[in-house]
Parts: sequence; C-alpha cells; structure tokens
Amino acid sequence: MSESEMALSAGQSGHGAFMEPSPYGIQSKKLTMWLFIISDAVTFGAILMVFSYLRAGTPNWNAPFRFSPSIINGMVMTFVLLTSSLTMLGAVEAAKAGRKAASLKWLGGTVLLGTLFAVLHIREWFHMFDEGWRLFQNPTGGPVIFGAAFFSITGLHLMHVISGVIALIVIAIGYSTDWLDANHVETTGLYWHFVDLVWMFVFPLVYLMNASR
Amino acid sequence: MHETSEHAVHQHAPPTSFIRKHIFSLDHKVIGKQYYGLALLAVFIGMVLSWLMRIHLAWPTWPIPGLDKLSAVGAPAGVMTPEYYLSLMTMHGTIMVFFVLTNAPFAAFGNYFLPIQIGAEDMAFPRFNMMSFWTTFTAFLVMIAAFFVTDGPPISGWTAYAPLSAVGKDAGPGLAMGQNLWAISIAIFCIGSLLGALNFIATTLDLRTKGMSLSRMPYSTWAWFVTAVISLLAFAVLLPACILLILDRTAGTSFFIPSGLVLSDRLQPHAGGSVLLWQHLFWFFGHPEVYIAILPSIGIVCHILPVFARKPLLGPRATIGCMIAIGFLSYMVWGHHMFVSGMNPFSANLFSVPTLIITIPATILTLLLIGTVYGAKMRFTTPALFCLGFISVFISGGISGFFLAQPSLDTYLHATYFVVAHFHFVMAVASIFGVFAATYFWFPKMYGRMMSDTLGKWHFWLTFIGVYCIFMPMHYLGLAGNVRRYSAFVDDYLIALIPVHKFITIAALATGAAQLIFLFNLIWSRFRGPIAPDNPWEGTSLEWSTTSPPPFDNFGGRHMVVYQGPNEYGVEGTANDYVMQTSPEKIVTG
Repeated sequence: MSESEMALSAGQSGHGAFMEPSPYGIQSKKLTMWLFIISDAVTFGAILMVFSYLRAGTPNWNAPFRFSPSIINGMVMTFVLLTSSLTMLGAVEAAKAGRKAASLKWLGGTVLLGTLFAVLHIREWFHMFDEGWRLFQNPTGGPVIFGAAFFSITGLHLMHVISGVIALIVIAIGYSTDWLDANHVETTGLYWHFVDLVWMFVFPLVYLMNASR
Repeated sequence: MHETSEHAVHQHAPPTSFIRKHIFSLDHKVIGKQYYGLALLAVFIGMVLSWLMRIHLAWPTWPIPGLDKLSAVGAPAGVMTPEYYLSLMTMHGTIMVFFVLTNAPFAAFGNYFLPIQIGAEDMAFPRFNMMSFWTTFTAFLVMIAAFFVTDGPPISGWTAYAPLSAVGKDAGPGLAMGQNLWAISIAIFCIGSLLGALNFIATTLDLRTKGMSLSRMPYSTWAWFVTAVISLLAFAVLLPACILLILDRTAGTSFFIPSGLVLSDRLQPHAGGSVLLWQHLFWFFGHPEVYIAILPSIGIVCHILPVFARKPLLGPRATIGCMIAIGFLSYMVWGHHMFVSGMNPFSANLFSVPTLIITIPATILTLLLIGTVYGAKMRFTTPALFCLGFISVFISGGISGFFLAQPSLDTYLHATYFVVAHFHFVMAVASIFGVFAATYFWFPKMYGRMMSDTLGKWHFWLTFIGVYCIFMPMHYLGLAGNVRRYSAFVDDYLIALIPVHKFITIAALATGAAQLIFLFNLIWSRFRGPIAPDNPWEGTSLEWSTTSPPPFDNFGGRHMVVYQGPNEYGVEGTANDYVMQTSPEKIVTG
C-alpha cells in the first residue's frame, strides 16, 4: 500500500474487533473536523472580541454603513451564503443516499453560490477602497479602528469562504472520480456550515450594528 | 490479514530511504525523537542565554569573550548594553517556554508514547504529525534568525507587551525586524501546535486498542490528552493575536497602539487601539500555556512514581479529575497576570478567586503523590528521584503562588524577583524535572539501552541542589524589593543585594555545567549502555509489552488486548508484585 493511501485511510478505519469503539461513533476525520471547527470558532471569537472591546472603548464611534448600498449588499450576501448552506445540505443528503450525480449537482450549486458571495464581497471591498477606506483610514471621519477591524474580520471570513470553495471543487472532482467518498462530502459540509454560521455573527456585529440612521 | 482488513490499513512497511526514515518520517516515534532533539538544542541555547544574563547581573562590567561577535552594537567590547540584556531575556523566555517546555514533555514524549500506551500503531494522521514537527522547526529557525538581523532580537519580553512590541524601531532596538520575526515565528508555532493538538485528541479518542477504555488509560496519556485540548483552544487565540500584531507592525493598523503616543520625539501615526487588549489576548493564551508546560510532567510523574513505589497511585479518579479541573480553570484566571497592568482593580479581585480555587486541585494532586510515596518500599532509581524532586520543586514553587494570587500582595511583588522565582520553580524546573524523569525512565524503551544510574544520580543531586541555590534566594531578593528585568543593580539601593546575585550566578553556572553529565550519559548510553530488557522497571502499561526499542508498527503485528488498569502494583497473590495491562488474570482484592 502506498504511503499516500495509508495516510488517507489512517483514521477513517480501525473500529473493528481490535479497537475500542470511538466515543462518538464517527470517523476520525469527521471528529477532527469538529475539533478544527471548535478551534476555529475560538479564533473567530477572539477576533470578534477584539472588535467589541475596541468599539466599547471608543467614545466617538460613528456608524458608517448606509442602508443602501452597504446593508442591502450585506443582506444579499447573507441570503447567498444561507442558500449555499441549503445546497450543501442537498449535496450531503444525496451523497449519503448514494445518488452521486445529484450530489455533484448540489455541490456545483454550492460552489457557484460560494463564489458569488466572494465576488460580492470583493466588489464591496473595492467600493470601499474607492471611498477612501483603508486598514488605517476612515473617510467618514470616525475612528480609524473601524477600517482595521472591518477588513481583518471580513478578510479572515472571506479567506475561509475561498478556501471552502477550493475544498468543495477538490472534493467534487475527487468524488466524481471515486477517489473520495460520501464521507468526504459530509466532512466538507460541516466546514461549509461553520463558515456560514460565523457569518451569522459577523453580519449583525459588523454590518447591522454599524448601520447609520 | 484479510479478516482484519479494517485494521490492516494501518499496517505499512517501514520506509527504507534515509530521508523518509529519519528526516521526513511519518513514524510517530521518529517524530517524537525529532521534537526531543529540537527541545535539547533549544534548551542549550536558552541556558547559555541565561548564563550570559546571570554573569552580567553579578559582574556588570566584565566583558564576556565573544559576545561582541554575536552583536557588535548590543555588546560593544563584550559588555552588554541594557537593551541587549532585554533582547537576551526575550529570547531566553521565548525559546524556553515555546520550544522547550511546550515541546519536550508534550510533543516529544507525547508523540512517542501516546500511541504506544493506547495500543495504536501510529497517530491518527501521520502526515499531519510530520507537518506539525516541521512547522515547529521552521518557527524555531525564524526565531533564531532574530539574533542575526541588524539590531538583534526584540526587547519586549516573551510576553511581547504592546505598545513596545507594536510600534517598531522608534521604541528601541530589536523592535524593527527582530520583533517581526518574533511575531511571525510564534504565529507559525501556533499552527504547528494546533495541528499537533488535533492529532493527539483524535488519536486518543479513536485509536485505543480493545479493552483500553478511557478509565484504563495511563495517567501520562490522560495528561497529554488534556494538554492537547488546552492547546487546541489556547493557540487558537494566540494565532489571531499575533496576526493582529503583525498588521499593527506592518500594515499601519492600531489594534494595540493608543492615540497620541510619542516615542523618540515622534508622534506615532496610530490611533484608537488598546494596550491592555494585547495583554488580555496574550494571557488568555498565556495562562493555559503554563499548564501546557506543566500538565504533561504531572502526568509523567503520576505514571512513573507508582512503578518505583511499587504501589498504586492514590486516588486514580481524583488524579484525572484534578488534571481536567486544572485544564478547565486555566481559562478563567488570565487576569491574574495583569494585576498591575492598569486593569480595573475590581477585575483583579474577580480573577483572584478562581486563581485561588486552582490551588485546590493542584494541592490534591500533590497530596496524592505524597500519599503514594508514604509507606512505600521505594526503589530509588534515577527516574524515581526526579519524580520526588518534581514534587519538591512543585510545592516550593506552588506555595509562592498562594501569595501572588492575591492582588494586595501581588501589587508589591509582581515586578520583583519573587515572581521570577515562582514561575521558574513551578513551571520551568518542575516541568524539566518531569522531562528528566521521563528521559531516564523511557530511554531504555526508546533506544534499547539503559542509561547509567550512577551518572543519573550525580546529575539528579547536583541539579536538585543547584536549582534550589538558584531560585530560593530569588524569593528573598524579591521581598527585599529587587526589581526584575533590570540589566544591572550598580547605582542604587540594590547594590547591597549584589552578593546574592553573585551566589545565584555561580550556582547557575555550576548547575548548567552539571547538565553536561546528563548530555554525556545520553550520548554514551545510546551507544555503550547495557542492553535493556523489554520491561526493565517492571511497569504495567503497554509500552512495556513490546520490544525495546519497539518495531516500526509498535507491536510487531500483534493486536494488544487490555484487561487491567495501569495501576496494578503491589498486587498480592501474583507471581510478581504487579499485573500487566495486557494480562488477563483476575485480580482478587480484599
């Protein structure tokens, strides 16, 4: 057995007659994805705490986002990402039922929606650059820390979305060529839902709570 | 092999090429040794740095030969500047905490023995495992590179307090490129540690052999498991903190830099950040990190001590419960590092309470260890001595913790050598004693040869007496008001304390020299030591059921089945006085 196969199969097997059953009854890979999600949630928690701490400590905070276009754009992005979670659910369910073609279609839909989210996000960034926003610059005259926090938090999230899209493409190709199986689809699904969940904290905290009246 | 197909995927042929076997190896045993080697290299560098600082503290005007070669600016004619003293101190702390105390007891021995102790053939993800080592190694190289950039390593300490660490070269030497390298290195280190933590947890939960229920796992395995959980959550906070620090330093943000800061007569172009924010993030990681350093050693001592006391560890469930309690509480006490930081004094009281609560599980653990030794017919081998030494230094360092946990006392003691004495005893020396005990205990298993017991005992007594000579007087220095992080005490009221510093320096040099005995023992025994039997100490856990050293797949294709807990020592009515974990015999109690 080649080493790559060995590394691949290590951890997804081994609960036969010679092993204690895993306490959660799931594959090591899926368990590790859950552990990674816990760890990553702490990372996002830390960076959102940084934002909240600095905001609470800044007396002259001004809410820079107008309803149109910023909040509307954010709502569209939220809708796109939530829908992509739904299509991901379709992909996982189809893969579990062994309907590979359907699963691949759902995966394709998820990739498209994820890409659309990233495009909308980057477009928004460029608009903000045009308005004069930088990591260290606030064109509305409010605290400069908003730019730093906004681009760091959304940048970290966007990085997760883009890595997720790449992972989904790899998984879809692997699944279609029988190199990977339904479990890989499900494990990637866990990650994708997590990225979606994080956005449900980022959107209210960074966008809605900074909507100007 | 067919009927075991599910398990057989783990069995793989050992690699043959030198690179796959010794450098980019997927074998957890090789990776464990690599971590140990890295820690050994790091501890040597860290120790030399502490010597340089100690010599300067005792004899501030003496030139140190060759130091000007390392940094002509930092040590003109061999006498270090106050700034260069701080650079060396930063590197000593960083190297010791991250690359020694995190690597040696956890990553090195954990990698080698965790899979063996649970009866697995390797870690759950061997490739991740290799990646975590090489990531950590890269972090080490980046950190060491800080010595060789223009103005040397950063001066902000291993805690890298902002704004000093965040503003750049205006604040002092080492804060330009040196601090960048520091932040990048630590960020890389976080990634390596997170990968390792994922692997340890998945392995412990999923790869236990038949019969190895969680309650039958050896204490060392429990400690590595709890430590991995702590790592997973702690490094996940340090990573974004380092990234924000790098952004502050290079991209012009100001997360950690307040408005209106003037340094070197220049108004800093930053606004709106908070210096306390860095401390909150850092210590939210930093306090759990202290337990990442000490918990594996506690587990190692709990594992080794019963072997030589020939009786079961007192309170097996309480021991594991205390480890988990310590891990849990470690996340609620970070503010006790910030009593004098300008944080709201009411928060200080709030953090004081859980800090004092931590002393309860820590004290229970210590008492259980002492109770285990009480009335035992001890076999005083070198690992046993280091376990007893561990208990001693853990108590000595722990007791000063009671004082420091209280804001009213800490306000006076925080910036003094009292704190230096406290954390060196309880975290550094105690943890290193655990590593020494583990080395003497497991060396026969790792290399198939025994270490010299005579040299080991010399090493123990010299080190044991040495560390007390170094760190005990520091308590008195601290109570006398001797501030820490100063490079010399030549021109004020502290001049009267210089003789104490001279004593400490001589003790430090001697204790350091005594480590050469250990190094010699390590190398000599590797090639010339007597051949070790499979179970030289008459232990019960699974590593003693395989050959010394273990074959590539740990048990030579056998599937171990576990029937007993790890604690069956001094069992009456058995052929020996102990029962192996793999032995199916019924133990009659009562």
